[in-house]
Amino acid sequence: MMTFQINGASRTVDVDSDVPLLWVLRDELGMTGTKYGCGVAQCGACTVHIDGRATRSCVTPAAALRGRDVITIEGVTGKVAQAVQAAWRQLDVAQCGYCQSGQIMSAIALLTEIPRPSDTDIDAAMAGNVCRCATYVRIRAAIHEASRPLGG
Amino acid sequence: MLTRRRFVQSTALAGAALIVGFRLDGRPALAADETFAPNAFIRIAPDNTVTIIGKHIEFGQGSYTGLATILAEELDADWSQIRVEAAPADAERYNNLKWGPVQGTGGSSAMANSWEQHRRAGATARATLVEAAAREWGVPASEITVERGVVVHPPSGRRATFGELAPKAAKLTPPAQVKLKDPSQFTLVGKRVPRIDGAAKSDGSAKFTMDFSLPGMLTAVIARAPRFGATVKSFDATATRRVKGVTHVVQVPSGVAVVATKFWAARKGREALRVTWDESRAESRGSEDLFKAYRVLASRSAMPARRDGDAAAALAGAAKVIEAIYEFPYLAHAPMEPLDAVVRLGPDACEVWAGSQVPTIDQQVVARVVGLPPAKVAIHTLLAGGSFGRRATPNGDVAGEAASIVKAIGGDKPVKLVWTREDDLQGGRYRPLYVHRLRAGLDTQGNIVGWEHRIVGQSILKGGPFEASIKNGIDGSSVEGAANLPYAVPNITVELSTTDVGVPVLWWRSVGSTHTAYSTETFLDELAHAAGRDPLEVRRALLAKHPRHLAALNLAAEKAGWGQPLPAGRARGIAVHESFNSVVAQVAEVTRRPDGLPKVEKVVCAVDCGTAINPDVIRAQMEGGIGFGLAGAMWSEITLVRGRAQERNFDSYRPLRIADMPAVEVHIVPSGAAPTGVGEPGVPPIAPAVANAFFHLSGQRVRRLPFARLTPAGTRTA
Repeated sequence: MMTFQINGASRTVDVDSDVPLLWVLRDELGMTGTKYGCGVAQCGACTVHIDGRATRSCVTPAAALRGRDVITIEGVTGKVAQAVQAAWRQLDVAQCGYCQSGQIMSAIALLTEIPRPSDTDIDAAMAGNVCRCATYVRIRAAIHEASRPLGG
Repeated sequence: MLTRRRFVQSTALAGAALIVGFRLDGRPALAADETFAPNAFIRIAPDNTVTIIGKHIEFGQGSYTGLATILAEELDADWSQIRVEAAPADAERYNNLKWGPVQGTGGSSAMANSWEQHRRAGATARATLVEAAAREWGVPASEITVERGVVVHPPSGRRATFGELAPKAAKLTPPAQVKLKDPSQFTLVGKRVPRIDGAAKSDGSAKFTMDFSLPGMLTAVIARAPRFGATVKSFDATATRRVKGVTHVVQVPSGVAVVATKFWAARKGREALRVTWDESRAESRGSEDLFKAYRVLASRSAMPARRDGDAAAALAGAAKVIEAIYEFPYLAHAPMEPLDAVVRLGPDACEVWAGSQVPTIDQQVVARVVGLPPAKVAIHTLLAGGSFGRRATPNGDVAGEAASIVKAIGGDKPVKLVWTREDDLQGGRYRPLYVHRLRAGLDTQGNIVGWEHRIVGQSILKGGPFEASIKNGIDGSSVEGAANLPYAVPNITVELSTTDVGVPVLWWRSVGSTHTAYSTETFLDELAHAAGRDPLEVRRALLAKHPRHLAALNLAAEKAGWGQPLPAGRARGIAVHESFNSVVAQVAEVTRRPDGLPKVEKVVCAVDCGTAINPDVIRAQMEGGIGFGLAGAMWSEITLVRGRAQERNFDSYRPLRIADMPAVEVHIVPSGAAPTGVGEPGVPPIAPAVANAFFHLSGQRVRRLPFARLTPAGTRTA
């Protein structure tokens, strides 16, 4: 049995210590907003926040989570998250939508750290998130749009 | 036209499961008794919701939003009352009108084939609601208006919502003849309507097949043959069975399935499995072997796909002959949601949950696997995380495999089959590898007097449901974009040499145009350069009889400032191409990266896709098509070595990332014609437009894709 802090709540699951957080979320807790896309930290569809940092949950073993605070797309809150999700809807960023939970989690982490990011900041922070629909034009525009109400 | 009674009857006949649609959040939406369902595409409930039954899958291209827009337009519904749910498998009511008796999405045809049909469906529902109100209020129907979901009789001030009228309308027979709106009356078509799936795709609540589960469901992965055509000789599952959570290890036609309570256990179980393969009939050639063999074939005459005049004689008499060989690798689709399907088998019925792109095929394949009539197999189409063609296979591969596993374990538990990313990239169904040879002759004034184009590669349609369209040895999908070259060249020969290779191939977003647009549009540019002419002017002169090409070309050129000076180290390239009855022109502005490769800074795109149903979705599809095409042009390649795919994941099968994405400006050519495709036509012009710009910067004609091959690092992620 292992106990984790996920979205502010304490959750106990019966998994081996090598099971990645991604599969704890999806298969043990039924939280399917965090996606499987590659399993090797190359696509970013599985991005969550661990202690506020954008992290690939597909290569983060359950054992590494003791004492850590995990936030997923289902539990992300606050004015940065609201601004990002509103911008995503306003600009209709999503096409197939499968990668967008990860994109949004990376964007929130970026804007939390840098409220008014440059295009170079965006390239760096979003480099690990692949979108095969290539919604990148709108991802970039939505990050800039979200930065406005943040007073950055 | 179906009455409500017949609608309910026909769905009930096919099994209760078919009445259960799935909304975007995956929860079932049941039809109520007082629901007004005047045809197969609309249900209006007393709670005032209007549910559109989506006969096309939503895998990113905006088809749910588009179908709903067409219906809501003629219905005069309020956009906020619109819901969309996936249609059940029913080739009679939900077939693609461009495909005949097959239900499916592809060929950028969702809007094109639904336009008339869905306008009529919406107008019929509207007329029936008006008739119900007229009877209820005792007023002439001609005095009634409808606006944003409210039926109004202005003289008396009476009003009713669609929901209030639904039970009454349900008792009427919808009219056989309806009048469609004049386009000047459109309030939704041509306007910005937000995507119907936008909110659910911004908070993690949208449910894909990967996210779907059933009580007691097991998860399976398949150990697949390392070479195409190999079969299981024997396997040792001793270690696999010791992995906690593994419940079954069973042989299926495509390999050995490891079934477990959860995904991670299935994956670990597969790692522990030892399989011995019989490779006696496997394809063992590599990409380089095929390129070599294809180059030889490209030097020999082949089956004619087009013969105008006498190209050979024209070339023989030309002042100058230019020749080029182009090479295109295998490409994987790599949709973000790996391939998957859930199957549940009961004693006399079977259910499938999947991103089913061709439900008719999936239904027939699963029926055959489990030994039931197709009518006993329900297909619940869920949102799909991309496809780009991969989810439309002639053998229903993914659903069929899932069904074979459920059957092999005795059908006692539902199973979700997951292809890992490695399975996806190494498991085939690639865009075929091709070699093109182009030769053209110029006269002393630089006019093109003859054009010879030969294409060598595998047939996509052979062995599939569209095989009958292969005539005289010509698979049209191998030569589309080449055989219909629009340029006014007096002597044209286009030939096809179809090869037989044991690598499974498939249509990849824009199909034949993925390679024909590149070879024809870069070669034409080369001829313009050789004649010392402006590539835009050459195209204009040769397209005089193609007004749609000209309009798109001129719009893109004008908006891009073609001919205006650029800073040093920056160049423009242009390309125009017709696919799926739409014409797209693109101007790429390119600089060079430190490693010498092109960096695409900006793309100006003009598209003629007939009536623009949703301009913002069209812009999104052009942006996405450009990015998808650029990924293939710049980075992506599946390389076979002795028959084995070398690329395993996104580290080696390199996708486009955000820093690679150019700024994109999209302009839509105004048109009142019927809508044509938008999902694919944005793809073909980008690679040649970039290559043509790159030539001006580097003096180099790139004839083998991807561009990354020009650097020592190759296609590996830097």
